[in-house]
Amino acid sequence: MEATITITVDGRQRTVAVDTRTTLLDALRDRLAVTAPKKGCDHGQCGSCTVLLDGRRVLSCLALAVAHDGAEVVTAAGLDNDRLRETFLDNDAFQCGYCTPGQLCSAAGMLDELKAGWPSAVTDGEPTLSASEIRERMAGNLCRCGAYVGIVAAIQEAGR
Amino acid sequence: MTGMIGTALPRRDGPAKLHGTAPYAYEHDVEHPAYAHLVQATIARGRVTGFDLSAANALDDVLAILTHENAPRLEDTGNAELAVLQDDAVAFRGQVVAVVVAETPETARQAANAIQVTYDSEPHETRLRADDAGLYTPEKVNPALPTESSQGDVESALASADVTVDEVYTTPMEHNNPMEPHTTVAHWDGDRLTLYDSTQGVHPLRSAVASLFGLDEDRVRVVAPYVGGGFGSKGQPHAPVALAVLCARHLTGRPVKLAITRQQMFSLVGYRTPTIQRIRLAADHTGALTGIAVDVVEQTARVKEFAEQTATPSRSMYAAPHRRTGHRLAELDVPVPSWMRAPGECPGMFGPEVAMDELAQRCEVDPIALRIRNEPELDPDSGKPFSSRNLIGCLEDGARRFGWDARDPRPRTRLEDGWWIGTGVASSTYPVHMSPGSVAEIRYTADGRYEVAIGAADLGTGTWTVLAQVAADRLDVPVDRVELRIGDTDLPNATVAGGSSGVASWGSAIADAAGAFRDKFGTDPAAGDEASGRTPDLSETFAMRAFGAQFAEVAVHADTGEVEVRRLLGVFAAGRIVNPRTARSQFLGGMTMGLSMALHEQSVMDHRYGHVVNHDLAEYHIATCADVRSLEAHWLDETDEHVNPLGTKGIGEIGIVGTAAAVANAAWHATGVRVRDLPITPDRFL
Ligand code: FES
Ligand code: FES
Repeated sequence: MEATITITVDGRQRTVAVDTRTTLLDALRDRLAVTAPKKGCDHGQCGSCTVLLDGRRVLSCLALAVAHDGAEVVTAAGLDNDRLRETFLDNDAFQCGYCTPGQLCSAAGMLDELKAGWPSAVTDGEPTLSASEIRERMAGNLCRCGAYVGIVAAIQEAGR
Repeated sequence: MTGMIGTALPRRDGPAKLHGTAPYAYEHDVEHPAYAHLVQATIARGRVTGFDLSAANALDDVLAILTHENAPRLEDTGNAELAVLQDDAVAFRGQVVAVVVAETPETARQAANAIQVTYDSEPHETRLRADDAGLYTPEKVNPALPTESSQGDVESALASADVTVDEVYTTPMEHNNPMEPHTTVAHWDGDRLTLYDSTQGVHPLRSAVASLFGLDEDRVRVVAPYVGGGFGSKGQPHAPVALAVLCARHLTGRPVKLAITRQQMFSLVGYRTPTIQRIRLAADHTGALTGIAVDVVEQTARVKEFAEQTATPSRSMYAAPHRRTGHRLAELDVPVPSWMRAPGECPGMFGPEVAMDELAQRCEVDPIALRIRNEPELDPDSGKPFSSRNLIGCLEDGARRFGWDARDPRPRTRLEDGWWIGTGVASSTYPVHMSPGSVAEIRYTADGRYEVAIGAADLGTGTWTVLAQVAADRLDVPVDRVELRIGDTDLPNATVAGGSSGVASWGSAIADAAGAFRDKFGTDPAAGDEASGRTPDLSETFAMRAFGAQFAEVAVHADTGEVEVRRLLGVFAAGRIVNPRTARSQFLGGMTMGLSMALHEQSVMDHRYGHVVNHDLAEYHIATCADVRSLEAHWLDETDEHVNPLGTKGIGEIGIVGTAAAVANAAWHATGVRVRDLPITPDRFL
């Protein structure tokens, strides 16, 4: 069964017919040719598909497209945060780059959560932009190239 | 020379990757693609007796279902891993028995799930045992090394030694799991085949596909400008690429996209064999080795042999007059093992480097001093001099940086906040490779740039950046005047990105082309001037290896057994470093994967059914951001003019070698518990 939805992707309004089984990730990649979000597992286990959905970081492989009619989606391509890109480049916070769009969206979402005072499992008192907070909060974005050291440094620098 | 070699240039492909616009295999713009989904065998051994396709065929939008009954015949079925859908035999659970192509990915998956397959099962064996009656000695081990080596009389040395170690160490089955699942987009257009593929080598893949389908190579084009990691699993062609091409041939004119799922990666694209390593060391009371024996048992697949060279690093590490190494294989009903980051060296430096720690303990010698005491003058295996060997320099520099001197050698002496804390060390090594056959072309353009073309691959290794640096340096021009082109068989031939050989093989070809260009055209070329160069032959005069030392600080929770790697520090001697920024990432990335191997990685086979039960990223654990605390990589300035014209030794793999041993040794120092089987999980300490 198909349904037609309208979503805003990186500031552009897009109307698209989707199979009701289509995930937001597949709607973006297969139907709209928006390929910044990556598919690493399709099961909510790796973070490669992270986008900002109505301002919050979500795993787009776990969202059904049809459930998000009218939503605003920001991918790494449209992310308005060149500072993060700069610090990622400086710290060589990626190698193959496949997890990177997800890392960037997740980092942007995470910095907002931290600013809003949301605690994490390692928070003791007021959450701060410490390396251990970043490591904990970014633990859902796997990087098989092992760029974590650079990722943590980049986020800490960008968040200052 | 502009001095570009040695400069920490930021990644040139950075902006594209940081906007998510760098196209990986699935993402190339093709018109009106169809989508394929695989059907896998649910038995480990036997025959397919029939298919019920009615439910699948009843779905709208199913374009084709291929099985062995209707799939096109392949020209060359010599590589049984690639000879897909050619007969009814099932050689391992997860083997592909059918493939569906549909208008949408949702329908392809639904139809694949709706196919009923019936089988005739036969008894299977998937368990690796050191006492398997069917163990055999392979003719050679990967890539073409002798299976056995022997000098002197190791049994007598063991019998008469002051001190011995005789222990068995094991490493589990492990899966590469690059973040980008293996993907092929195949398009037959008239009589030309184009593949967008996640591959570590466009030219080797083209050769494989051309011979599989009986095509002239010039009718096949493979494109792979960006690859989302490989770690060896995209180095050799595997079944999915053959299946994508079969589908595209069947639907001529229509591009077919086949992206396998994370779960399918656990049976179709290679893995590291489990290993059982019996290590025997003989030494005098000062720790000077008199004998080293390494006997490895590992598995291969009934459908195709792969023999990991696990015992080979021990042939060159330490001096001892009496020594032997050997490999024995069990042929099982399992998926085909293959390359995974530092095949041979990675598992093969776990057992021996923990055994060295045990020897240090028994001789009451410092583990670093023990290694220095056993430094060979010549390569013990070949008798050749080393082109350069700075293991001792790495150990000493690392000890200083890590603060090794303050260490109390006794285990289980530091308990802080409920955690036992200890430190450990292990050596790293990796051979220097350079593959013959790469060609580079340099062309001067009308707007004053140098176009450098070679079909090389960048899997995150930094190729886009470092090859441009090599060209700029050898042409003596600023790097922004170099335009590099890679990842396409329309470009000159390049060898596979494997064996840490990329910069040596491709970079040397570029250096040769740059020399030829300047010889021919001087410093004032005209638009259109071009020259080419090739990879030179590898020297046979020397033994050539990179070395390193890794230091770990490990904390083990006294009550729960939880293991944390609090600090990991590596020092490497790997020849000249072309780009310190990307090189550091290669070392750190390798060490991170080594930490992951030490603490987490293990593919658990359910031997009743022959499949990996933890076949996804929720249950096959890899290191996450939260696992990696203090991690440092350093290197020595090492000049080696013998390895290749650039003086590089290769850095993509050595970082993972020795890490797990350093962690295991530190865990012993923390707790007094010697873990000889990876991974080092909490239950070992309780
Ligand atoms: S693709 Fe969505 S979490 Fe992995
Ligand atoms: S950069 Fe390759 S997976 Fe993160």
